[in-house]
Amino acid sequence: MIVYGTKYVIEKKLAPSSSAYVVIPFSSIILALLVGAAFLVLSGHNFFEVYTAMFRGAFGSTYGLSETVVRTIPLTLTSLGVALAFRMQLWNIGGEGQLYMGAFAATWVALTFPGGSAWWVMPAMILLGMLVGGLWALLPAIPRAIWGVNEIITTLMLNYVAIFWVDFLVYGPWKDPHGFNFPLTATFSSGAILPSLGNSRIHAGLFFGLILAVIFYVVIYRTRWGYEIRVTGENPGAARYAGINIKKNIMLVMFFSGAVCGLAGMSEVSGIAHRLQHGLSPGYGFTGIIIAWLSRLNPFVIVIVTFLFGGLQVGGYIVQTSGIPSSMVTMLQGLLLFFVLGGELLTNYQVKKVPAKKVTAAPAGDDSV
Amino acid sequence: MTKPYLIELKNITKRFPGVIANDKVNFNVKQGEIHVLLGENGSGKSTLMSVLAGLYRPDEGEIIVRGTQMVFRSPGDAISAGVGMVHQHFKLIDSFSVAENVILGDHNVAPVLNMKDIENNLAQLSQRYGLHIDPSARVWQLSVGEKQRVEIVKMLYRGSRVLILDEPTAVLTPQETAELFKNLREMARSGRGVVVITHKMQEVMEIADRVTVLRKGKAVATLEKKQINRRDLAWLMVGQDVVRQYKKKSPPGEHKVLELQGVHCMNDLGRPCLQNVTFTVHSGEIFGIAGVAGNGQRELAEVVSGLRPVTGGSIYIKGNEITGGSPRRIIDHGVALVPEDRLGTGLVPNLGAVDNLILKDYRTGKLQRGPFLNLRQARENTKNLVNRFEIKLSSLDAPVKLLSGGNLQRLLLAREITAEPHLLVAVYPVRGLDIKATEAIHNLLLQQREKGMAILLISEDLDEIFKLSDRIGVLCNGQITGIIPAEMTDIEEVGLLMMGSDQAGEIAL
Repeated sequence: MIVYGTKYVIEKKLAPSSSAYVVIPFSSIILALLVGAAFLVLSGHNFFEVYTAMFRGAFGSTYGLSETVVRTIPLTLTSLGVALAFRMQLWNIGGEGQLYMGAFAATWVALTFPGGSAWWVMPAMILLGMLVGGLWALLPAIPRAIWGVNEIITTLMLNYVAIFWVDFLVYGPWKDPHGFNFPLTATFSSGAILPSLGNSRIHAGLFFGLILAVIFYVVIYRTRWGYEIRVTGENPGAARYAGINIKKNIMLVMFFSGAVCGLAGMSEVSGIAHRLQHGLSPGYGFTGIIIAWLSRLNPFVIVIVTFLFGGLQVGGYIVQTSGIPSSMVTMLQGLLLFFVLGGELLTNYQVKKVPAKKVTAAPAGDDSV
Repeated sequence: MTKPYLIELKNITKRFPGVIANDKVNFNVKQGEIHVLLGENGSGKSTLMSVLAGLYRPDEGEIIVRGTQMVFRSPGDAISAGVGMVHQHFKLIDSFSVAENVILGDHNVAPVLNMKDIENNLAQLSQRYGLHIDPSARVWQLSVGEKQRVEIVKMLYRGSRVLILDEPTAVLTPQETAELFKNLREMARSGRGVVVITHKMQEVMEIADRVTVLRKGKAVATLEKKQINRRDLAWLMVGQDVVRQYKKKSPPGEHKVLELQGVHCMNDLGRPCLQNVTFTVHSGEIFGIAGVAGNGQRELAEVVSGLRPVTGGSIYIKGNEITGGSPRRIIDHGVALVPEDRLGTGLVPNLGAVDNLILKDYRTGKLQRGPFLNLRQARENTKNLVNRFEIKLSSLDAPVKLLSGGNLQRLLLAREITAEPHLLVAVYPVRGLDIKATEAIHNLLLQQREKGMAILLISEDLDEIFKLSDRIGVLCNGQITGIIPAEMTDIEEVGLLMMGSDQAGEIAL
């Protein structure tokens, strides 16, 4: 058998060109929107109108913009939190649960000391929210560090434990007796509520995210501990060889990762809901994973991407009124991740053409390659 | 009449970045023979056989199967041309039965499986060659020897006329080895060709009808059975060139830097590896460890640098016991390691030169500024080292994985040497480097020796060991089979010690 033909092979590029870092993500986003458009058209909508409406809704008015920022606050925190763990190749999928545990701890402070002064109630809520979120992440980190138990499974499962724990509280012991039997706690007193900007729902939690992005950057790139995280994440073998205590760092990094997610929960109850309630987070912990990856774990890129994702969610919320299902937004998020990560392959690899070559295959016959 | 060739490899050349693994190698297999391919690790045996089995495509040369020239594009092509390879690491699925493993990937099997038939065929086939296996047994239930038989039967079942076995006895007990050799004889008698890859001379003496010796990628000789003797083989394997030692300015020092006393350790599989290893390295001395790869060299380096736990004995650095110490503690005692796997262990491929050069001292002295790193100082140090060690970089922050092997090694050595350790453990320090880079690295090591550093040099390249070492210890099967001052021995003696002490004694008589 003789085979003629040109072959295409995928080869690893030695150094990705710098323009590829810009061109490829943008083309990926456009492709994701196009595929999303195909689904819209199939379900009988004018995709152009839908996209325009989404964009206007999210960024075109003061209200829309402020709502986008409101979404950005918890998303920035969960993205930064999980990104810290991802830096060390620790797959913390438990941001959602850590958020709920942070919200739970902050709520405990608010409900136990009603009428307390903001000067000490607020710091206590922040610290306890972070501590409990961090401990919730430390729980799977310990077996991971000592016996190598897969943290993807354990952190994922602990999400449900945390969510149901909060549900238990708001349906049971913590339910507001004057709340018409809704699954929520009593409203926090003013000392436990984060100040907000004017009439909008934008609250001081915004600063948490911005400050933490800076701290994240400084810790990772400027400190010795951050250096250890980078080395361990890139090459655990070299970390061991350099005498870095990997087990200790697994626990520390997971703790802080959870603490930041816990802070997201604290800022949600204190800044937005003003109480603990069922369904506090629409999956901020999970969306944070997508954002962290899309941003290549860079804290400043995370802030920008989060803003866009916040806009996507608000835009999706707004077009729901014109009959577009909310699952459309979830689908677009998935498409974005799919195309951007797929595009990443092209940043690091190139398709190379192999010239046609005469190939004689084995005579023995059956090579259905 | 001479028997026909089942397969011929003509002028096979295969290059990998920086090395020529096979250099115009000729090799052939006749019907009914057992042809042994002998050579040290890294001599190109496995590459050559991978070419034959369709895993690699040669850059040059021809593969001729029963008179027809062919191109193997995949192992599938090789198998359908009648070439089957039994790898050192078995390619079996534990939860499948023997029969299921045998038909896995076979295109000739009917779409609806008749396992009874297949099992019967297998039973008959294995019976014929005395390969005792139960076709319905699950693979995870089998011993290592049985698994190997499954691999062999798999190749026979696919109609392999040429059977290649890559170091088949490495995993077997002596009884299993004897059994295997009987089976191989039987297969040769039935008109197949058998190729056995090995570095053990004993095996050549036992089963070879012909032997081809590879050295540094070249086929240096092919001998018929009656021409085979141990002395010639050892000589062919390790090379006949006279090795000139580098000139050394000073004699080695007197102070004991590294002391190992009766050290034992396990390998990655949890089997005993190092056994009762005892030796001393002095200041200003290069102590070379010679041996065929896989005899405990890597484990020795890891034990000394604290990366592998010790199961017996004790280790001292300058009189301080460090047995069981953490890598960090051992680094603090002044032990530096140039590991075997530069990018995998010694460096962080995706980080730049600055980040890589501070790997060992980022937590000490000048680089520390509270919890922060003194990045300005780190960049300054990096610039100096890059100049001093002539490392060619595109930028200080470009990922080091883009560097060439020689530059990587210079970077690694620059870091380890400037830490001014008492002991430097260098594992295969010039593997994969070209002549110029090799010389530069060797000179660096000699300079450190003159400065009084103790150096434990582990290498599979005997020339290198001889050129650099003051004393040579030979490691074989995890044991030190001899410690000899370099000027009192020759490559041949060390070569024989490397193959196992008994044989050396036998030859010496």
